[in-house]
Amino acid sequence: MLIHKWLTTFGRYLILMGRTFSIPERLRMFWKQYVKEMAQLGVNSIGIVLLISFFIGAVICIQMKMNIESPWMPRWVAGYTTREIMLLEFSSSIMCLILAGKVGSNIASELGTMRVTQQIDALEIMGVNSASYLILPKILGMLTLMPFLVIFSSVMGILGAYATAYVGHIMPPDDLTAGLQHDFVPWFMWMSIIKSQFFAFIISSVPSFFGYTVEGGSVNVGKASTDAVVTSSVLILFSDVFLTQLLS
Amino acid sequence: MIEVKHLCKSFEGREVLKDISTVFEEGKTNLIIGQSGSGKTVLVKNLVGLFEPTSGQVLYDGRDFVTMSKNEKVHMRREMGMIFQSAALFDSLSVLENVMFPLDMFSTMNLRERKKRAKYCLDRVNLIDAEDKYPGEISGGMQKRVAIARAIALNPKYLFCDEPNSGLDPKTSLVIDELLHSITREFNMTTIINTHDMNSVMGIGENIIFIYEGHKEWQGVSADIMESDNKRLTDFIFASDLLKEMRQAILKK
Repeated sequence: MLIHKWLTTFGRYLILMGRTFSIPERLRMFWKQYVKEMAQLGVNSIGIVLLISFFIGAVICIQMKMNIESPWMPRWVAGYTTREIMLLEFSSSIMCLILAGKVGSNIASELGTMRVTQQIDALEIMGVNSASYLILPKILGMLTLMPFLVIFSSVMGILGAYATAYVGHIMPPDDLTAGLQHDFVPWFMWMSIIKSQFFAFIISSVPSFFGYTVEGGSVNVGKASTDAVVTSSVLILFSDVFLTQLLS
Repeated sequence: MIEVKHLCKSFEGREVLKDISTVFEEGKTNLIIGQSGSGKTVLVKNLVGLFEPTSGQVLYDGRDFVTMSKNEKVHMRREMGMIFQSAALFDSLSVLENVMFPLDMFSTMNLRERKKRAKYCLDRVNLIDAEDKYPGEISGGMQKRVAIARAIALNPKYLFCDEPNSGLDPKTSLVIDELLHSITREFNMTTIINTHDMNSVMGIGENIIFIYEGHKEWQGVSADIMESDNKRLTDFIFASDLLKEMRQAILKK
């Protein structure tokens, strides 16, 4: 029964995506929405991404310095591990989990409210493909801005680590620099960006599905918002395992 | 003209519309009346394609909307305007942008012409001063008028209104009724209003269809209601003691 429900939901999701990925009726209107969504979903998320990345970078550096350092370890190990954690997991996967909460609930509640207040019906009556008009700019907007968020997050995490060195005097900045530069593999940066593209699709399309298909009133909008965040987060975690194995 | 033939609609085995056949006349204000839950909104949603009928036909000037292809339906919908019970204005757009939306989406006019047309529509509903406001900043009556302006922006052939007076005071309701009636005449539209407002019924009803428990119980004009011997209709229209007494007094004269 549960499998039947999941398959039905997945089928409905695919049908909605089929409607979403169609040629926009008016490119002028699509472009307007695309820019608006990039600002609303991406640019408005920069602040929280920078804030969290800075502190996580700092905390990782402190933890590594305090708990891993030993006379048998090179002094640059804290900087090295901080860079690898930020680049490989935090800036792509964990940051996307955080965005699933912020952006996902935003998308699901916005579309859910539009559904229950008949705004989506109004678009359909006008002959507008409401799925394409409302959802496609969100997906493409997230896909466009996600690489920038990943890069900003990585840079800010490293700045956080430097803050512990310069302000907190946890370790000499030279040791941190040596660790950050040690055995750098540029592919890891690309891996992070590729992973984040998959997660960006999940973050934007799954909440869109939950919001767009809401039935009922405000209680259901709230439930859809919660379901959207939970489902997106679980899907990000699952796909992270496969993508990491595939890309490593 | 819209013709409905043997229209039925069921939800999970529960029959909501039962074999409805009727004609909505062009250039007239057609009213669908009935108690809450009688199937009025379901009927309108079947007419505009938000619901798929279980069986039957919906003919727009002879063309069956139910069997139209997806593309034909999209084109057909551009000839429709709809005013929802909740007005359904786009929250993120200003009043002017709301009215311009269908023009931006479907017209070939340039920006200046689109603005001019949108302002004309707003002026037509006496809302030109509110063009920069957002839906959340204006009253319910004003929202309904913006919805009317948006619905007529593309000069539709068919106008559907789902309880346009709901939540409005009697005076504002009259303004909305008059507006819909005059717009119908001016643009020669086929207007279908779903209502249970008795002022609308007696004031602007040129072709009235009474739905009772999912079937068409009665059809006629407002002048016929007073003398109708259909008990279900008269019980619905003259529900209060005051109205019953008024009816008796008029009939005695």
